[in-house]
Formats: sequence, structure tokens, C-alpha cells
Amino acid sequence: MPAPNLIFTYGNPSRGDDALGPTLFEMLEKHKLETNELDDVDLLTDFQLQIEHAVDLEERRHILFVDAGISCAAPYELHQLQAERDDSFTTHAMSPAAVLAVYQQIHKHEPPPASLLMIRAYEFGLGQPMSAQAIANLQEAYRYIIEHETANPTGAKYI
Amino acid sequence: MTKTLSDLETADNPQATERIVIEPLTRVEGHGKVTLLQGKDGNIVQARLHITEFRGFEKFIQGRPYWELPVLVQRLCGICPVSHHLAAAKATDMIVGASELTPTADKIRRLMHFGQTLQSHALHFFHLCSPDLLFGFDDEVRHRNIVGVIEDSPEIAKQGVLLRKYGQEVIRITSGKRIHGTGAIPGGINKSLSENEVRYLQQDIAQIIGWAQEAVNLVKKIFFEHYDYHLAFASINSNMMSVVRPDGAFELYDGGLRARDPHGDSIFDHVDYRTYDDYIRESVKNWSYMKFPFITSIGQENGWYRVGPLARVNNCDFFPTPLAEAERREFAAIGNGLPVQATMAFHWARLIELLHCTEAIAELLCDRDLIGTELRNTGELQCCGTGVIEAPRGTLFHHYEIDDNGIVVKASLIVSTTNNNQAMNESIRKVANQYLDGKRLTEALLNQVEVAIRAYDPCLSCATHAIGKMPMEISLLGEQDELLDRLEKRVTGQINRTL
Repeated sequence: MPAPNLIFTYGNPSRGDDALGPTLFEMLEKHKLETNELDDVDLLTDFQLQIEHAVDLEERRHILFVDAGISCAAPYELHQLQAERDDSFTTHAMSPAAVLAVYQQIHKHEPPPASLLMIRAYEFGLGQPMSAQAIANLQEAYRYIIEHETANPTGAKYI
Repeated sequence: MTKTLSDLETADNPQATERIVIEPLTRVEGHGKVTLLQGKDGNIVQARLHITEFRGFEKFIQGRPYWELPVLVQRLCGICPVSHHLAAAKATDMIVGASELTPTADKIRRLMHFGQTLQSHALHFFHLCSPDLLFGFDDEVRHRNIVGVIEDSPEIAKQGVLLRKYGQEVIRITSGKRIHGTGAIPGGINKSLSENEVRYLQQDIAQIIGWAQEAVNLVKKIFFEHYDYHLAFASINSNMMSVVRPDGAFELYDGGLRARDPHGDSIFDHVDYRTYDDYIRESVKNWSYMKFPFITSIGQENGWYRVGPLARVNNCDFFPTPLAEAERREFAAIGNGLPVQATMAFHWARLIELLHCTEAIAELLCDRDLIGTELRNTGELQCCGTGVIEAPRGTLFHHYEIDDNGIVVKASLIVSTTNNNQAMNESIRKVANQYLDGKRLTEALLNQVEVAIRAYDPCLSCATHAIGKMPMEISLLGEQDELLDRLEKRVTGQINRTL
């Protein structure tokens, strides 16, 4: 039985600031192990979003996608998501809104409420470490998620 | 005078041409762009697919200990990490002196690879290329994407999701994790399967095979409905290279290299892949970061070749599973004794392979070696290792050299898309020369070029995808590189003329 809430981070850990998502995943996983908090949260991470991730959204109360973003303000931005049939449907890397739309199409009902946390990123070189600015933004995002999860242990998330 | 394809490689007088730049491609990753040089008479005199993402692979790997390679290289590509994982594992098998794997290790790696190929091919057919096939090139653009597929054929889209998910589950169970798996290690694997894991995968495999059969039937139906068109579109005569089993059977994981010319005659056969650089060389061109491999004995001009499903299905003597073999025979028949050269036949060949993967998975899941306990072999440490596999998109080469401390001092990779580099250019030129005319860019023209490229299922990505990064831009440049026209397509699908 999946946990009611899902935090789904994505990115390539060897691509500079693209590692923001998977690094946040590791931080949250560590926090979960060490504190026994986030009991109602499943953590998932992947290189990028694809159609099969619609299956991971089943039986959830809320989903928080976390990605590196280059069009958002620092340190991060939170947006509510709607299922949207954008052109990322047709790429090897889908947008979270498009994954929600796949969910809607294959299940014939609305997907769970979902939000996107974009952490401001800057550099994406192969084999490069995360930039100092991105790391600072990551810490802010991490604090925000922990505080929010702690303040709303069973309620609706990020809405 | 009519230009031949080879004439178009280098325009006679580039200064008297105009360049049409299309970047990047929808349904293809990375920052590929197509440049079409247009002569004063309106004809396309040069076509180039630029791929700029294949930089830094070797540098990324050098300086790392060899035992990290199978895990490390998965980060090269978010689309086919398992292919890199297994190619690197095979190379490090050589380094640790494991001349052969235990039956358990060999079969679990093969199972993982079948899972990878299944999920990759499922994604490509059901969600990337099926709009091209189901609706035809003249369909309204918005309808041709996956939205159209889902709305018109919801069961097809759902089967695609579940086929892909099944392949991902095979990967998860054989590699231990959804991503960044550590299943393959130098000399073997780090875990075998449990009885429960085998039973878990067995419970759905009959349904998966059934869907794979339906998919092959669908692609055949589509192909024959517009038979002449599909035969001709982007069709080029090429050499073809792939790995085959010692008895000539279709093979994805391990075997000798086979290359055949456009007449089906042998160029080389059952070549030990550790000597691949005696048979394959790479040339460079000043307009592309991606190299251009060619068969040494034929030379740079005509030695380029195709890899991937089309080459593999053409090159093998038979499939070792019955359903796929029956489909191969039907496929081969349209070649009338020659290799099938239709670029759109990539899609058909891809689904025959998908069907084979499902059959092979079912067969392996009945093999008790999967739950064996002998996981790893080692021998005397070697200074270098080469691993070659047939990745979903084609032959993938990994070669490493290490120092006395086990640190990688040299890494050479030829990825599948690089092997198809020149072939993709040839197909683009064919399409462009046939369809592009005039100086104004249209969505229809872009679609034709993209359909040709997409047939190869190129992977131009290294898994970066940050939101806001991927608009598509089409520019028309004049003789002095001045911008004459530009179309910009946002990820929302909105298209603006931004000149």
C-alpha cells in the first residue's frame, strides 16, 4: 500500500545543478531514516519523468514533484499543477503536468492534487558539481519541505 | 543537373546557399538541430544533423576506478542507463579476468537487458513514433502527438504504459533499484533473483506477450496500408552492422560483429568485438561534435552504416524464439532477397524485437539459474577491457584502459546514435531534397524531417531536462548567416514566427 503522499524528485546527479532533485531525495531519505518523521510520505527519484510514472501516482493524496528550474526565481518556486497535454508528451522526458495527463487518460478520472517545486538551477555540465548558488537554494527548499511536512502531517500538502 | 545524395554532403559553393536551421527536435532529446543549405535555385544542396551533447563522456570517466564504471556510466544518459551499465560491466569483466560469467550472472544480465530493450521499444512505438504511423504525415500536427493517440486509441496508449512499466520492473528486480542499479559488477552480478521475484514477473508475462503480438500486427497493418510510401520515405541504401550469435541467431547481449553491404553480401562476420577498432574507424567533421564511424575496409565515403533494429533484424539468420522468427520471415520477404532498406521499417523491426524480448523473458523466467548462488568469476587483472552490446538503438562500444592502481586512464565510447550519425544525415537529405522547397519554413516541412530522424530513435540526451529549457526553434539564415526567417515552438505547443 503506497503512502498517501509522494515526493518525486528527478534529475541527473552527474549533470551539475540537475542534481538538485536527486540530492534533495537523499537528504529527505536520510531525514526520514534518522527521525522517523515523514511517515506518510513515499520518496521516489528518477533521471526524468516518463509515462510509466503515472502508475506511481495511483492511490495518492498528494504528489510533490521537485525539479531543477532555470526559469524560476531563487531559491525556489512552488506551483500547483493541472493535468496538461503539452508537447513534452512526445519526448523522452515529460513534464509533471503531462504525467498527470497520462494518469487522467488511463484511469479516466482526475489525478491526485499535485504541486511542482522548482529549485533555481544554473549550470548543467556533465561531471560538474552543483553550483554554490544551487546548493544554497537546495538548503532553503529542504527546510521548507521539512517544515511544511511537520506542520501538516496528515493534511493536504502544498495546496 | 540533378544532385546525388553524396553531392549534397558538401555544397559546391556554400557561399551561394541559404541555411535553414531547425532546433531542437520535438520527440528527440538534447539540442540537435538540422541545418539545410538552400541553393539559389531553391534546391536543398546540403543537410546536416547537428548533435552537440556527446561531449565530455571520456573526460567524465577518466580518473575513476574501474570497479565504479558499471554504476558511473549510467549517469551518461537518462534514457538508456542500463545499456551503458551492461556495456561497462562487460568491459570490466575483461579487466578482472573473468573470461566467462557464471550461468546465473549471464542469465540475469540478459534478463535485465531484455527488460531494458522492451521498455525502450515500448516507449518509442506507443508514445513517440505511433503518431507518425497511426495518423500519417499529413495529419494535423497537434493531433499527431500522443494526445491524438490516446484520444483515438486509448487502449494502445494504456498498453504502452503497462509494457514499459513491465520492462522497468524487470530492470528494478534484476538491478536491485529503480535507477542507479548495481546489479552488474565486474565479473558478474551482486544478487540473484528470489523465488518470489521470479513469480512476480511471471504473473503478467503472458499478457505482455499478447500485447507485443498485437503491436506487431498493428505496425504491419499500418506499413502495408501505405506500402509504397513507407518503402520510399527516407529510404537509403546502407551497409548494416550488428552483433549476432555464433550460429547467426539474433543476439542483443553478446556475440560477434557482422556487417553486410546493401546487397546483403558479407563485409565481415563473427568478428571478435574486442578487435572492433581494426574494423571501425571514426572521422570528424568541422560542423559536428559527434564523430562519423565508418567501416575501415570500405573507406570514409561509402563505409558508413546503420545499426539498431533495422540492421539487427536484417542481419540475423533467425530469431531463437518462434513468434519473433515467424515475424522476421514476413519482414524479410519484402526485401525480395535483399536487406530491407526502408527507414520506416525501423518501426516494424523494433516491434519484432520487442516481441522477441517478451518471449525471451518468459523463457528465462523458467530457468532455475536465475535463483542460483554463483554470482561472480574473477581471474588475473588486465590492463584494458572492451564491452559491446546491442543497446535498443544499436551497437554500443565501451573500451577502457587502466593504470596499475586500477584507475581509468583512457575511455573510448561509440554510442548507438553515433553509429547511425551519417545514416541519419543521409535520410534527412533524402527527405529534405524531396519535400523542402522555397524559402519559407512550415510545420509540415519540419514534421517530415522529424519523422525521418525519429525512425532511428536517436538519443541526443544526456538527461538534462530542467523546466523551461526546451523550446524548438527554426531559423532560416542567408548567405552571410543573416537571419531570414525563424519559427519558435514552445513546449506548450505554441508556435511563433519570431523574426
